[in-house]
Amino acid sequence: MTTGDSATVAADRKRPHRLAAILRSQMRNIAPFLTLICLFSFFAVASPSFATLDNFGNILTQISVTGIIAVGLTFVILCAEIDLSIAAIANVTGIAVAYFTLQESYVNIANVPMPGWAAILLALALCALLGLVNAFGLTVIGIPSFIMTLAMMQIAAGISALLVRGQIAYKVPPLVTTLGSTSIGGIPWIVIVAALMLLGGHLVLTYTRFGRYVYMVGGNREAAEYSGLNVKLILGSVMVISAVCAGIGGMLGVAHFGSAQQNEFDTYLLDSIAAVVVGGTSLFGGRGGIGNTIVGLFVLGVLNNGLDHVNIDSFLKILIRGLILLAALIINVYAQRLRERTAE
Amino acid sequence: MPAGQPILELQEITKAFGGVEALRGVDFALSPGEIHGLVGENGAGKSTLMKIIAGVHADFSGRFILDGKETRFRSVRDAHAAGIAMVHQELSVAPDLSVAENVFLGNQPTNRLGFVQWRRMAREAGEQLKRFGIDVDPMSRLGDLPIGLQQLIEIARVLFSGARIIILDEPTSALSPPEVERLFATLKRLRDEGTSIVFISHFIEDILRVSDVVTVFRNGRKVAETRAAETSKPALIEAMIGKGREALEETYTHDIMLPPPAERPVVLNASSLSLARSLRDVSFDVRAGEVLGIYGFMGCGQLELARILFGKLRPDQGTLAVAGDQKTFRSTADARRAGIAFVPESRRDMLFHQEPVYKNISISVLDRISSLLLKPSREREIAMRQVDQLRIRPAAVELDLGMLSGGNQQKVALAKWLSYPPRLLVLCEPTRGMDVGAKDDVIHIVRDLRAKGLAVIVLSTEPETVLSLADRVIVLKRGAVVREFANERISKDRLLEAA
Ligand SMILES: Nc1ncnc2c1ncn2[C@@H]1O[C@H](COP(=O)(O)OP(=O)(O)OP(=O)(O)O)[C@@H](O)[C@H]1O
Ligand SMILES: [Mg+2]
Repeated sequence: MTTGDSATVAADRKRPHRLAAILRSQMRNIAPFLTLICLFSFFAVASPSFATLDNFGNILTQISVTGIIAVGLTFVILCAEIDLSIAAIANVTGIAVAYFTLQESYVNIANVPMPGWAAILLALALCALLGLVNAFGLTVIGIPSFIMTLAMMQIAAGISALLVRGQIAYKVPPLVTTLGSTSIGGIPWIVIVAALMLLGGHLVLTYTRFGRYVYMVGGNREAAEYSGLNVKLILGSVMVISAVCAGIGGMLGVAHFGSAQQNEFDTYLLDSIAAVVVGGTSLFGGRGGIGNTIVGLFVLGVLNNGLDHVNIDSFLKILIRGLILLAALIINVYAQRLRERTAE
Repeated sequence: MPAGQPILELQEITKAFGGVEALRGVDFALSPGEIHGLVGENGAGKSTLMKIIAGVHADFSGRFILDGKETRFRSVRDAHAAGIAMVHQELSVAPDLSVAENVFLGNQPTNRLGFVQWRRMAREAGEQLKRFGIDVDPMSRLGDLPIGLQQLIEIARVLFSGARIIILDEPTSALSPPEVERLFATLKRLRDEGTSIVFISHFIEDILRVSDVVTVFRNGRKVAETRAAETSKPALIEAMIGKGREALEETYTHDIMLPPPAERPVVLNASSLSLARSLRDVSFDVRAGEVLGIYGFMGCGQLELARILFGKLRPDQGTLAVAGDQKTFRSTADARRAGIAFVPESRRDMLFHQEPVYKNISISVLDRISSLLLKPSREREIAMRQVDQLRIRPAAVELDLGMLSGGNQQKVALAKWLSYPPRLLVLCEPTRGMDVGAKDDVIHIVRDLRAKGLAVIVLSTEPETVLSLADRVIVLKRGAVVREFANERISKDRLLEAA
């Protein structure tokens, strides 16, 4: 054996290897995208009414509220934390903005009417405050985010209940109504807001120092601390960001649905988490991003919308939805493993 | 030694990671009942070859012959089944499990119903560890123990696993001299009982003392294999890194003279630091342009002391003053703002394995080079300069950190603080896992920093590290300062005696 031989052997193997390595390391991003394409193709073939421009607009509108909430949640999950209070905070913020708006006389809520801007500011302050409480519990007291936000879920639900007392409010400030339920040039405002917020989140995560810190804290918290980062400040910030995004989603959602009431957003908790994770953002932190969340949102949107277009037992649909989400999650975990193996 | 058939033989092993060639046509043979020393520069491919033997890397080309039969392991389990066990360079313990569970990892004693027999497990683990001179409660959580003790437990687990081929990848890096002695005695006993052992280390004296055969790696190739009795330290260093540097690495068996103290301003003053059971009334100061060495055996309170200096732990009593101002660090960020930089002894705690090298280096200076938006090209430039200066290999700042060899990762951990030198640099085990050439580089870097007026504190359990760097040395023992060497003669023996 001469060394020359071994060098050529290695050179021959180099190219496919490198490609394979790139593919493998990108698995996290590729897999959800493939899932999306598969789902889309399937429904396009299965139902003629699915792949139309109109229906595409429907899908966009349907994922907007989830999308707005998921922006903040992406930050939290990137830090390897979780926020279970987002849906409840969305709900209470939506209710609060209605509470501070003059309702029709038949609505039986002892509300406090205010000018529109004041109502919006107060509602935003409320969700930011709840986020701060989450941040305080997580960083200063040291309660795990899972527990802290579980408690916050109850607290926010409690505030909601006290504000509406089982009633339904309908009116929200004009700005919120416009953004939540009207269109401009055929495009719903809510889609535009969601797109802008996702874009904003992406820019912050990719191009700012804070965004880098979020990834680093999620990647290895101990190392972030030993690098002299203020880890608690960063964790606290993402909890507040999450709560505010949820609050905005809640306000626009109320306008979008046309009413504010208890438990209105319950399904949005799981949907937001699913969107972030199915998109390929790691629950262990440090990997993924808004791009992944967008793909995840579409997977969910196409799935929910598509199942309505095909002729299946509507009870079976729930099960199918669950199974497909499970499959997407398995792919996510598998992609994570592949990556770890390359970096061994 | 029986010169008969090797128990394990590897032929023309080639292994590449993406574009990086780690091994190029390596032959390696291990005889029954031999201790085989392995040396080579950082990134030479030592760990990679051993991981192939231990079944970690299943994807390689070449022939793998065990007991005269060609085989191929598909996983670590296969290797275990064939009687091969390895202590990895990066500690691979389960910090959340108990000591006993770690000792029995994967084969806990169970009763007929399949339930783990806790009491038996704890008792047997305790006995095994005691035989190895480790006195620890088998039910304590492993992650709560000092890192050196964790390493010892990991070693003990592998040594007593009954494997017939044992691979130790830099096992002594966190051990104190008496523990190293005990380890070597055990290795020799196992060898005499017929076990084959591969021993990787950057301490050439250790290699020469304990091994029968020594193999030298360089740049993915095997460049020499000799009987330990027929070679010498300079010869090995020359084979490792080339001619002209064989005089590297002093042994410090003779006295050296510490310089007289300089009249420079005090950068850090620690007074009466105490912490639970770890530290008692520790006071010292460091001046600008001075390197203070803090030496002590594992568990002497060094780790805690270093963490107090960087705001990671808060002392129960005592105060810190930076440049004369009293400081209370409530976070590591506070300490950094006061101009203190810190490198912990374990690189796992310091680095982001899934991020590229340049992000690992720039993380601690981001706030200086950018206010809101990142400047990636500036980051790369800074990283590239450090990579050049520290000779980090491969010299590619885009590579994920996890793809670097252990020693090169350690260099990155140091590099991150050097682009904007702080006022005080606290280094725990700065040369752990580095090859002789790299150690020499670190020594020069620290001397440079000192010349620029930085204050440096070097904490180590290796006498050589402290002696090669320090202008003044304090010795810690059970959490208290027992001796200070300043402006006087010092040697390895005197240091060990004081500890
Ligand atoms: N998982 C991996 N992915 C990519 N490259 C790797 C990987 N593991 C090792 N390498 C590369 O292979 C080469 C050999 O690394 P190896 O860890 O075997 O070195 P080593 O001799 O053990 O060095 P050290 O003394 O620093 O531990 C290095 O260039 C390293 O960057
Ligand atoms: Mg190695």
